[in-house]
Amino acid sequence: MKSSLISLTVGSAITLIAGAVSAGTLDTVKSKGFLQCGSNTSLAGFGQPDPQGNWKGLDVDFCRAVASAIFNDPTKVKFTPLAAKDRFTALQSGEIDALVRNTTWTLSRDTTLGAFFGAVNYYDGQGFLVRKSMNIKSALELNGATVCVQQGTTTELNLTDYFRANKITYKPVVFAGSDETLKAYDSGRCDAYTTDASGLYAERLKLTKPEDNAVLPEIISKEPLGPAVRQGDDQWANIIRWTHYAMVTAEEQGVTTANVDEMLKSTNPDIKRLLGTEGKFGEGLGLKNDWAYQIIKNVGNYGESFERNVGAGSQLKIARGQNGLWSKGGLQYAPPIR
Amino acid sequence: MAIAELEEKPRISPFYDPKIRAFVYQAAMIFLVGYGLYAAYTNAVTGLSKQGVVTSLGFWDSVAGFPISFRLIDFTELSSYGTAFWVGLINTVVVSVIGIFLATILGFIVGIARLSSNWLISKIAYWYVQIIRNIPLLIQLILIADLMHHLPGATEIKQNTSGIYLTNQGLFTPRPVFEAGSGLIFYAFLGGLVAFIGYYNWAKNRQIATGKQSPTGLVFLGLIVIFPIAVFFISGMPISLAYPVKTRFSFQGDATLQIEFVAALLGLVIYTAAFIAEVVRAGIMSVSKGQTEAASALGLTAGQNLRLVVVPQAFRVILPPLTNQYLNLTKNSSLASVIAFPELVQVFAGTVLNQTNQAIPVMGITMLVYLTISLITSFLMNAFNQRMALRER
Amino acid sequence: MSNSVSTNSPSVSFIRKESTQALPPPIRATGALAWIRDNLFSTVFNTVLTFISLALIYLMLMQLLHFAFFDATFTGQDRSACLSSASRPEPGACWSFISTYINYFIYGSYPIDLRWRVNIVYVLFFISMVWVLWINAPKRAWGAISFFIILPIVSYILLLGAPSLGLEKVTTERLGGMVVTFIVAIVGIVVSLPLGILLALGRRSNLPIVKVFCVIFIEFVRGVPLITVLFAANFMLPLFLPPDLNPDRLLRALVAVVLFSAAYMAEVVRAGLQALPKGQYEGANAMGLSYWQSMRLIILPQALKATLPNIVNSNVALFKDTTLVSTVGIFDFVNTLQASFKNPDWATPVTSTTGWLFAAAFYFVCCYSMSSYARTIETRLAIADKR
Repeated sequence: MKSSLISLTVGSAITLIAGAVSAGTLDTVKSKGFLQCGSNTSLAGFGQPDPQGNWKGLDVDFCRAVASAIFNDPTKVKFTPLAAKDRFTALQSGEIDALVRNTTWTLSRDTTLGAFFGAVNYYDGQGFLVRKSMNIKSALELNGATVCVQQGTTTELNLTDYFRANKITYKPVVFAGSDETLKAYDSGRCDAYTTDASGLYAERLKLTKPEDNAVLPEIISKEPLGPAVRQGDDQWANIIRWTHYAMVTAEEQGVTTANVDEMLKSTNPDIKRLLGTEGKFGEGLGLKNDWAYQIIKNVGNYGESFERNVGAGSQLKIARGQNGLWSKGGLQYAPPIR
Repeated sequence: MAIAELEEKPRISPFYDPKIRAFVYQAAMIFLVGYGLYAAYTNAVTGLSKQGVVTSLGFWDSVAGFPISFRLIDFTELSSYGTAFWVGLINTVVVSVIGIFLATILGFIVGIARLSSNWLISKIAYWYVQIIRNIPLLIQLILIADLMHHLPGATEIKQNTSGIYLTNQGLFTPRPVFEAGSGLIFYAFLGGLVAFIGYYNWAKNRQIATGKQSPTGLVFLGLIVIFPIAVFFISGMPISLAYPVKTRFSFQGDATLQIEFVAALLGLVIYTAAFIAEVVRAGIMSVSKGQTEAASALGLTAGQNLRLVVVPQAFRVILPPLTNQYLNLTKNSSLASVIAFPELVQVFAGTVLNQTNQAIPVMGITMLVYLTISLITSFLMNAFNQRMALRER
Repeated sequence: MSNSVSTNSPSVSFIRKESTQALPPPIRATGALAWIRDNLFSTVFNTVLTFISLALIYLMLMQLLHFAFFDATFTGQDRSACLSSASRPEPGACWSFISTYINYFIYGSYPIDLRWRVNIVYVLFFISMVWVLWINAPKRAWGAISFFIILPIVSYILLLGAPSLGLEKVTTERLGGMVVTFIVAIVGIVVSLPLGILLALGRRSNLPIVKVFCVIFIEFVRGVPLITVLFAANFMLPLFLPPDLNPDRLLRALVAVVLFSAAYMAEVVRAGLQALPKGQYEGANAMGLSYWQSMRLIILPQALKATLPNIVNSNVALFKDTTLVSTVGIFDFVNTLQASFKNPDWATPVTSTTGWLFAAAFYFVCCYSMSSYARTIETRLAIADKR
């Protein structure tokens, strides 16, 4: 009798929906009036809500940038906090429009999970956190150590690979949540804690005595973190990809939130194309021509976002390093807007 | 409605005909359920194929690439996802079976204590039941794991002569090393066991026939404990103990009892025992007071009274709800995933699901496993229940 | 005089002539001492047990008291107050952490200036619950209507907002903490009870297909852990539904909890239906009542009354089970607690223990009052049955 009720609801829902043609993600987002972003449940610097529910972080800024490009309004975005486990299901099912949740771009995720990675907004690598009292100088000394690791991430696999490649052993303690993982390390259950290096700095702050713990020099993996969208929607993928490149280009050209209005008068053709005073590049994306202007005005360029959330202006104090502009020895390189 | 009308055998409109109604209701139900399932199926298929996601069990034999800390069968990071499934399943079964055994003992103790003539004991039992039953298991498990993490770390502990170390990684104890000739001791033990069973049956028959009692305790000690020990010494002590050796981080090898296993087991046992205690109490109270009084009149001691008169009768009342508690414990063992014990939900519906992202087959298999365990347990306990019930005259 | 008597009849010489002083009443037959002897030290075994348990209670209680009160921190602006110091090497609970976060636990991240709406819902919830549970309350039927119909509708409007009524909209992501715990519990109770009744009736139905479907559903759900039902609802429901229909994450968890507890409720109700004498069914039929009439007027009122304690107990289990929604990312009380542990300002070795103890106390108070209520009802019913 109950099942009949369910199927009744399901059935009627289906008949209601059946008429709706599956439209492109951009159209769906426009008709909804907001962007649904899959975010981290809580990772300092990347995506974290404060007790009032205001989200902050590098990934959050990216979502706000996309919302600015579409709606001229960085607040037209809603965040769905996702566990590592259900992020791709959420993307596949269409629950979220974009997955911006410090997610590593890998081949199998491109091929078997139906995800499409547009760009890399943070170059990361996996590292280890250990107690200074253990007097460990290198990850190679971790033979026989117990390592706390979060379940369901590339982290778990990299860890295995690294120890296998170096022919040393370890004992894993695998937790579903990042808090429990860190908590177990803090209480001494594990000798080492491993996650992406960016995360290590953020997580270290939450330890009882942050100053008693050190990050080991080894980075054992490549973790290009970036926004992902569903496969098969090229227009939407382009918007995501070029939102990032617009932010990087703006930094290259020295366009910031503060000076973007002045820059509208700039004669530099690169800046003119970026801000939409020359050419119709925005229309090609299905957006307005001032899309990049809106991003920079509302969110800022890549460098500003980086400094504010994870760099010198934040608690994390992460150096630009690999995430610097290509012209300054980093890996952030934007294809030209033309 | 007048009687006259009824006698005329009124023509029932098909709308009110119970048979037609029943048919229509059921047809509608089949249609709705079938349509719902069909719609769900097509939605999943079209949705997934649109994104190029293939739902299959093809991952079963692929290399898992992750290690599992607590395993009873061989598993390395080069083993397959299928093997990981078996590791998880075996861990679930092990923690459930041991948990059921211990929870039954603790539950009976608390249940009997609840009826104790000692006021303090019965009050303690009462509050134990009330407190444990009214706090969610999840919170109890987390608190227990939290307390366990406060044990001394393996690096802080000093090497001692006993070779027993309780650390926040688990309990490390000396392990037996079986050298050549140790098989003899095993056979001696087996032989002692068989001899004891034979003796026990003989003694029982003799008691039934003649009323004479034979000492079982001493014989038990002799055949099962002293005899193998004697063989051990005679054969030149082929079993030695390997003491845990301290390494930089811990002790060599895996802990004898890993802390996550202990925490999960403890949480499940304490929680389920509170429910079993109530079941036991209700069962014992269902045995009429005349039975206890008659037993006392016969001169049975309180212990004998309980063991020979009350519990066997209470058992029939206890068994069905006890089965339910066993099933609950098995299902609740899935919560151990939260405190990092690698059971089925943690390994298979956790890590494997993440790596392969095959939500439908993985969740389907997981639920099917629990369903199978539940059905088998119910079946066994029902069979047992029937055997018990047959004795009733 | 006395001499003459003794010489006359020597055989009765041992008969006492005057009564002796009355003995004082045995001090140990009444009063506190006797009670102690009878209930604590009646045998050697009991004496030993008493002493052992006294020692155990003392040890455990002292540990708990030390942690929760004597060594605890009650004031402080950040974690420094709760860390170990020279004067207090083993710090106890960090209650100032709880008091800092208490509003977050109660309201989640609900907009601060709109929290009066949550308060109204809490008050309404409390009033209608007391009304419906208090046996001698006036007009209890209204209490039931208020609990099962008015409360859900009003809460829905107040919590999520209704622009047409001038109430600002609030998304479900802003809901959190105990609000969500209570929402899950109440939705679970309010929806699973009628569903459970339908399932129980279906299971006892004469229509074979209806019966089979109900049996399959009940046994399937009861055979799997709630955590897998939640996972399945979270991961698989979106795949099974049309792509444009995206149930809210909270809604998915609610569906899972409702279906799960409905199956258990069905078994509770079924037990009540089975316990009813057959005469009641036959009587209802003889009166010419239709199936639904006889259920509504004769069978269910009696069956539900008899199983009320079990229904309440089943709701206690449901309330405890709400903690599991935290595993699929719903911000219930447990999850807000975990989120608060992340704040570097309050990270100490005792923070999480304090938080979990607080949670344990919260759930205990809620569940214990519910199960005590169930026991009271049980006693009342037992007395009523004896008449």
